[in-house]
Amino acid sequence: MSRVTITTKKAKHVNKFGKLILGDGTVFEGSGFGYSKTVFGELVFNTGMVGYNETLTDPSYSGQILTLTYPLVGNYGVPDLAQKDNDGISKHFESDKIQIRGLVIHELSTIASHWNLALTLDEWLYNEKIPGISGIDTRELTKKLRTSGVMMAALVVSDTPIDETQVKRELAKAPKYNSEEFMNTVSTKNDQVFGNEPKSVVVIDTGVKNAIIRNVRKIGYKAIKVPWNTTIEKILSYNPKGVVISNGPGDPKKCKETIKTAKSLISKNVPTLGICLGAQILGLAGNAKTYKLKYGHRGQNKPCINLENKQVYVTSQNHGYCIDPKSLKKSNFKLWFTNADDKTVEGIKHKKKKIIAVQFHPEASPGPYDCEFVFEELKHLMEEGRAAKS
Amino acid sequence: MLPVNPQYVESIIEKERPDGLMLGFGGQTALNCGVKLDELGILKKYGVKVLGTQILGIKATEDRQLFKDSMIECGIPVLKSKTVRSFEDAKAVANEIGYPVIVRVAYTLGGKGGGVAYNEIELHEIAGRGLSASMVGQILIEEYVGSWKQIEYEVMQDYSGNNVIVCNMENVLSMKVHTGDNIVVAPSQTIDNREYHVLRTAALKATKHVGIVGECNIQFALDTDSDKFAAIEINPRLSRSSALASKATGYPLAYMSAKIGLGYTLPELVNRITKSTTACFEPSLDYIVCKHPRWDFGKFELANRKLGPTMKSVGEVMAIGRCFEESLQKAIRMLEIGNDGLVLNRLNGKTYDEEEIEEHLSKPDDLILYYVAAALRKGMSVEKIYKLSDIDPWYIEKIKNIVEIEKDLKEKDLNAQLLSRAKKFGFSDRQIARAKNKEESEIRKTRKELGIIPVVKQIDTLAAEWPAKTNYLYLTYGGNKNDLEVTQKERGVMVLGAGPYRIGSSVEFDWGTVNMVWGLQENGEKNVAVVNCNPETVSTDYDICQRLYFEELTHERILDITEFEKTKGIVTSVGGQTANNLTPKLAKSGIHLLGTSAEDVDRAENRSKFSSILDQLHIKQPPWQEFSKIGEAKNFAQEVGYPVIVRPSYVLSGAAMKVVWSQEELKQYVSEAAIVSPDHPVVISKFMLNSLEVDVDGICDGKHVIIGAIVEHIESAGVHSGDAMMCIPPWRLNNKIIETITDYTDKIAKAFHIKGPFNLQFLINDGHVYVIELNIRASRSMPFVSKLVKVNLISLASRAILGKDLPKLPHDMWKKIHTYGIKVPQFSFMQLEGADMVLGVEMQSTGEAACFGVSFYDALSKGLISVGYNLPTKGTALITIGGAENKEKLLPTVAALRHLGFKILATEHTAEFFSEKIGDVEIVHKISEPQRKPNIADLLYERKINFIINIPSTSTLEKYVGMLYDEYQIRRKAVELGIPVLTTPELADSFVKTLEWLQKNETTKEPLEPYNTIN
Repeated sequence: MSRVTITTKKAKHVNKFGKLILGDGTVFEGSGFGYSKTVFGELVFNTGMVGYNETLTDPSYSGQILTLTYPLVGNYGVPDLAQKDNDGISKHFESDKIQIRGLVIHELSTIASHWNLALTLDEWLYNEKIPGISGIDTRELTKKLRTSGVMMAALVVSDTPIDETQVKRELAKAPKYNSEEFMNTVSTKNDQVFGNEPKSVVVIDTGVKNAIIRNVRKIGYKAIKVPWNTTIEKILSYNPKGVVISNGPGDPKKCKETIKTAKSLISKNVPTLGICLGAQILGLAGNAKTYKLKYGHRGQNKPCINLENKQVYVTSQNHGYCIDPKSLKKSNFKLWFTNADDKTVEGIKHKKKKIIAVQFHPEASPGPYDCEFVFEELKHLMEEGRAAKS
Repeated sequence: MLPVNPQYVESIIEKERPDGLMLGFGGQTALNCGVKLDELGILKKYGVKVLGTQILGIKATEDRQLFKDSMIECGIPVLKSKTVRSFEDAKAVANEIGYPVIVRVAYTLGGKGGGVAYNEIELHEIAGRGLSASMVGQILIEEYVGSWKQIEYEVMQDYSGNNVIVCNMENVLSMKVHTGDNIVVAPSQTIDNREYHVLRTAALKATKHVGIVGECNIQFALDTDSDKFAAIEINPRLSRSSALASKATGYPLAYMSAKIGLGYTLPELVNRITKSTTACFEPSLDYIVCKHPRWDFGKFELANRKLGPTMKSVGEVMAIGRCFEESLQKAIRMLEIGNDGLVLNRLNGKTYDEEEIEEHLSKPDDLILYYVAAALRKGMSVEKIYKLSDIDPWYIEKIKNIVEIEKDLKEKDLNAQLLSRAKKFGFSDRQIARAKNKEESEIRKTRKELGIIPVVKQIDTLAAEWPAKTNYLYLTYGGNKNDLEVTQKERGVMVLGAGPYRIGSSVEFDWGTVNMVWGLQENGEKNVAVVNCNPETVSTDYDICQRLYFEELTHERILDITEFEKTKGIVTSVGGQTANNLTPKLAKSGIHLLGTSAEDVDRAENRSKFSSILDQLHIKQPPWQEFSKIGEAKNFAQEVGYPVIVRPSYVLSGAAMKVVWSQEELKQYVSEAAIVSPDHPVVISKFMLNSLEVDVDGICDGKHVIIGAIVEHIESAGVHSGDAMMCIPPWRLNNKIIETITDYTDKIAKAFHIKGPFNLQFLINDGHVYVIELNIRASRSMPFVSKLVKVNLISLASRAILGKDLPKLPHDMWKKIHTYGIKVPQFSFMQLEGADMVLGVEMQSTGEAACFGVSFYDALSKGLISVGYNLPTKGTALITIGGAENKEKLLPTVAALRHLGFKILATEHTAEFFSEKIGDVEIVHKISEPQRKPNIADLLYERKINFIINIPSTSTLEKYVGMLYDEYQIRRKAVELGIPVLTTPELADSFVKTLEWLQKNETTKEPLEPYNTIN
């Protein structure tokens, strides 16, 4: 028995003029697709081989032009954007729009084929006014970023020939990623509630991925998503069993109000899980320091060692900033996970309080599901002291 | 060098008293042996620990029912199925599940004996075959999901439970076709994040549950219409897939799982490519790998070419590119089947009508993708092709891209843009030249002028995120910049490998390639580059040489690489015929050949030149002549007398070489199967009946000749040297003949100024020595000879290749070895449905075993056991012998068999003859007369026959002539039931004498001795 209906779709917003211009003056020529537009942002790369739908909608990519190292992209298209799960959370995406500023790939599949397909990648980018470029030697580009570090870049997709000098001038003037403020654009404006269980977890949205909400739901709690700058009083008014500080874009030091809230969470010993940016915020709240990595960790194959049992987990990651391991000594945090490759901090635990944080993405999507137990860990903290799970 | 079976392994355990035993590295053979050793209590008796996956874990994956049970226990879905032990039960289960059902066999190799049954009649046939093929008499009847996607994951897990997926792979030809026969890509292309990771999680969960330690492969079927999936099987060992995964990712699975077996944890191990990051990670690729199987159906005229659940391929290649089209077309070229890609091949004059295409799309054979291309050219819709073939539309669309470029190349001007596009999509210069009616060299020139050249990229396991310390390389048009440059100081020599395993070229040539690399390194050449494309080889391990190019062995690609490398010189004498064939064109392109010169290689390859040199040396050859007209050929054949061997240079169908017995047959063969014209001449040579065949393997530095050994074939001439059993030392040749052979060898090697390895083939007829051919390259038997005489010939040859002198070793060095060595071919007729097993001038064996002993029979019995012969001490033999001469010849053999106490059954004529001479022979009836009892078919099915001596009459030695269908049926049924069939008088005689020897003697069980050090 074959597929009942054949689900394929052809790319159409392709073969435009396209140039990727790096801050160091390097120019990569390619073929533009998606929306014709010039964008500026920090150029980063991700080594995952699947999951572009999830990746592109991850709010942590705000302000960034994303290079995918896997050369064939768009093969299985894009599913229906409107599909929601029972809680009203988007079924296939991590937020309600494409978060990257631009996409850089080697080859855009001119055909998409999948049973669950609604759009092609170029069509989706076009609809959301995001430019993409293909035909780039992404391996060469990645090596450049690996050796020189991430840098600002301009991506130009145009229906007419491109004036390189003009773009270079604009790029020089474009606001730098490190100085950009993202919270007001990525964070929710209003509190949102998912589920109706009596027990709840407040999720501080510093650019939260839907998968975090889905995982909170999965451990049996109502999820209350609140803006990044919600006060501790407001949070506690929900009488939550615990709090999650989410992932998100940019320099964690810019999330001053969240750091303040985090400090209160620590002192009040509210069971809290920080993820990615959330981990850095908790670190800063606990007097640790953060710094920027040369080219970040973005991929689905990052090994992290759990120092408590020496087990290694393959994790999904997307971060440019990191907690300084030396600074942990002056804090009340101890190391929980380290990166097996470069020994960076991948997780911390408060020595006395019910505060845990991971630098990787236990919620996966994209990437491996191996670390969903981190949510179970939060659940355990929230239910500690009880006789049995209620 | 001993058979891998419980008896022999126990004897080694007894002697060596090892602490641990690893079962995961010797394929299914080792795994089965380990399970048996455990069941026999041998492991417990000697206190031997199994390292890696434990026996319980092995059983939980190998036994189909236990596997399903454990999957259900850990919540992984499986297909509906039931294990049965009889046909009646199979029928009941099939009715319950509903047809079609797939029959799978427990404990066998490569899906041996399985099949898809669409109705009860087919079920009867397949179930019967499967029940007898299974070591445990079990088969599984299962719901059939042929159209689902077939996705595989390679898992690594340590004793502490750390686990990772090293590679995932997708089969292009859906679940319909065994993964060994499938075109496979890595990583998967048509599944999304959720599918990828749901299957990944299931893979880890399942393998953890059954207790895998080390490496394993797990296979899933994934619905094309939803995210429904089912686990199909786990291979708890290193497999063909794991070799592929290792090469596809750069993650050395065997090495890592050996370490894990010893107790290391994954995080303790280091990534062998970056040398700094951990081995506990999942490789990220930035290319697409395409594995393509190599079939050799052409060698088996009667074999069914259809692909299905039983694996039929004999080898494979792996291509790396930055897009699917490039990878696929590279892979096709790597196969060495004469194709330059998917399209624009040398036309064979075939055209297809729509109906034929549809038929082939729905029942795939080895040409399936060419039919997809043909369908697209005819304008068939992707949807229709998909519905017929179950190939995901994504792949069909990619093939459409190739077909569209073909059209553009034919119709449009070849501008830079089109040329660049064609190259990006994997078109070779030769394909482009064919479309433009130009020479390949012209396209190359134009292309280079336009700056369209491939770039060299590294495989680094981490998609460029970390720097690689190794040079595991491929070439692609999908990029702008090389990952490395070769400095003046790093320039070196290049060794060409042998390409895919196929009939006639297997691991022996890889042994040659690897030993040549090592030899060159030992002799001072530090920068050795290797080019090869076979993922099953050691020469494609990136740590063997300085720079490994996992690439095509085509003229175009070798030039690309030598231009990039600025290669000092190239070795083409260890990669079998593949590398050898490239010699003249490479020399013409100005590449410096190391070793024997291209002119001398040509003097050996060109029949006329070769003959005239032999004439000068006063060395005889069987008479031969080349013809471009059939009339002249007939006259010559008449003159020298039939039979003759016919070698057309252009074959329409079937095998390339044939023994012809009569004028009639010659006419028929030439008109039906071959072309004879001035462009395609045919070579006819006298076929000398009743001759002995002898191989000599040696090396030469232009002045001194080292003879490795004189090797005698046990079968008479006429059986391909690759299919013959071989013996060192020769035991039927007198001293005078040995002296003549030695003298001829010395003269010929010097006359051809050989610098490196060579192989000479002789024919001994009526006391005279004839030369059949000279190969100025490493031969198939070279590792066998080297191991026996304890002199690594290839290692020595590397000195000659670098222009150094060879040490002076006596010509009769092999005589001083008091060991007998026998090489025995391994056949795969079981897997090749329909193939006849009678041996002839075309090689058919797919492997070999060699064993050493203190006597001829000591070595032979171990050799026979190694390739799967059961050597019974008592029982029943069926004898059918054609022709009075053969009957007479085998009289002592049959008498000896009787004397040993075997019951003898024979068909009517044979029985008549032997009853008269030795009495008491029971008559049995042909399979085609099922009503006459006792019938051979029944006896075979009832396992009442231990082995069969079936010798076709001499005039039907060549199997397609007057082949007796009855005899074919006996052979075929026996093969399917795993009963040995001995088809030559020499084999039958040796077999019976071995049985005799074994009644009074025991085989020796000594380890192989190391090579001698030669300064």
